[in-house]
Amino acid sequence: MNAARSSRLLTSVHGWLLLLPAASLLVLFTHFPAVATFLHSFYSTPKGARKSVWVGLDNYRQMVEDPIFWKVLTNNAYFALGTIPVSIGLALLMAIWVNGKIAGKGWLRLAYFTPTVLPMIAVANIWLFFYTPQYGLFAQILNAFGMPSFNLLGSKDTVLACLIVVAIWKEAGFFMIFYLAALQQISPNLAEAASIEGASRWYFFRRITFPLLMPTTLFVLVNAIINSFRLVDHIVVMTKGGPDNASALLLYYVYEVGFKYWDSAYAAALTMVLLVLLGLLAVGQFLFLDRKIHYR
Amino acid sequence: MGSHSSPGFAHALETAGAWLLAMLWILPLLYAFWTAFHPSQYATQFTLLAPLTLQNFYNAWEAAPFSRYFFNTTVLVAMILVAQLVLCTLAAYAFARFAFRGRDVMFVLVLIQLMIMPEVLLVENYHTMSVLGILDTLPAIGLPYMASAFGIFLLRQTFKTIPKELEDAARVEGANAVQILMKVYVPLAKPVYLAFALVSVSFHWNNFLWPLVVTNSVNSRPLTVGLQVFSSVDQGIDWSIITAATIMTTAPLLIAFLLFQRQFVQSFMRAGIR
Repeated sequence: MNAARSSRLLTSVHGWLLLLPAASLLVLFTHFPAVATFLHSFYSTPKGARKSVWVGLDNYRQMVEDPIFWKVLTNNAYFALGTIPVSIGLALLMAIWVNGKIAGKGWLRLAYFTPTVLPMIAVANIWLFFYTPQYGLFAQILNAFGMPSFNLLGSKDTVLACLIVVAIWKEAGFFMIFYLAALQQISPNLAEAASIEGASRWYFFRRITFPLLMPTTLFVLVNAIINSFRLVDHIVVMTKGGPDNASALLLYYVYEVGFKYWDSAYAAALTMVLLVLLGLLAVGQFLFLDRKIHYR
Repeated sequence: MGSHSSPGFAHALETAGAWLLAMLWILPLLYAFWTAFHPSQYATQFTLLAPLTLQNFYNAWEAAPFSRYFFNTTVLVAMILVAQLVLCTLAAYAFARFAFRGRDVMFVLVLIQLMIMPEVLLVENYHTMSVLGILDTLPAIGLPYMASAFGIFLLRQTFKTIPKELEDAARVEGANAVQILMKVYVPLAKPVYLAFALVSVSFHWNNFLWPLVVTNSVNSRPLTVGLQVFSSVDQGIDWSIITAATIMTTAPLLIAFLLFQRQFVQSFMRAGIR
């Protein structure tokens, strides 16, 4: 064995050794459970003395016939559609304001960003109080206008919208940061040149700023979609999925099935849906995003 | 940057809009502060002269083992951060500067965690913890997060920007791989470490669902879960005490954020650019 080859081998061994601790934890808590979820979704839930047995597609059949599953899936779609465009739009607006020449920029940024550092669970407690019938702020505003107090979280028609508002409030400031970072990298010369040319601010935004921010928008979009599947803390605090599952999202349902009904097999099948959706997102990101954001 | 038609008016309108939105954004917090610092009969009526009190905080502190919850969260957050810093540094160094077979495949396998975060797999991870016999312990909460794909990715990007000449110079002086990592790479990546630390601490201080699932006693519950147990079981609907507890449990993070606002925002920004 010549020296070059043995040194290459040594590099290889060193590389793997450095990687080993992190890789083993990742395998144990991400890859292995993902594969185990897949396998367990074809078995029954062990109950007492009864061992878990192969049931083929039974769990998936149960899922397709489960109206609650379809309900939470639709809820999740509405939640994502309600949360994502508004929070991204607001984030962009906030970033442009904070990046511009507005009085008290520091204070504005502070106000917009603060919800991000608060725990969702604390935020949910505060908003729960907001929405409380009779005492809450909304009820008081309604009262002031002579309208009857209304249980916003107790009605199937309004509960999801209430949760969407909370999520927008929590996330817009977070997304603002990414836009702010991107805006600061756009050369001010561009704006100067445009204003000399007589371009209106709106025109400049539409033709220059927005296209330049496209990679950021896509990045934020992917994160927003992941969050819409991942964030269910506020449901635990505010509604427990009710009334009548009107505010339950997919991961919340997984949590309920897994840890309230202890039906781990059915929970595995439901988790597979989540994994497939996130997988599709990853493939989409790989196909579209990586063309635009190149990893340096 | 004024708009074309009547720039003064448009600018004033925008300023007003920005401030209105900011007021709206901060309103829930102000409301919570009002309720927490006033006797409960003033919880929902705004009289300018309402007496201030700390009684709600005292009652909340007495009603649940918050000191234990604070202790748990502090240990948990520190434990996760230290493990993350060590594991991610080593892995990022391997990815950035070592050529070995299977490196690219391994990197993709790491990135998977960015999509599939541990809480999505909570049923299987719960099972793993019960097999390991560590349910209801702080390590059980922390373990799934210790190898952070986000941290590995962030540090790898940073290490890659460090000129290789620096490493070569250190090697000529006889430094081995670990010494090079500690003397060349880590010091130069300091701002990124700070950014990652702030993001990690605020994430894990706030994390809720996985700790909720994996803990069931005072000994291991972090603040978020403790707060939830407290406000849903112990208190009924005394909003003054619940908001006091809410503010109390968030206070360390909120104070740190207000003091180091610039660093926080810059850290989140740095962490977001990739």
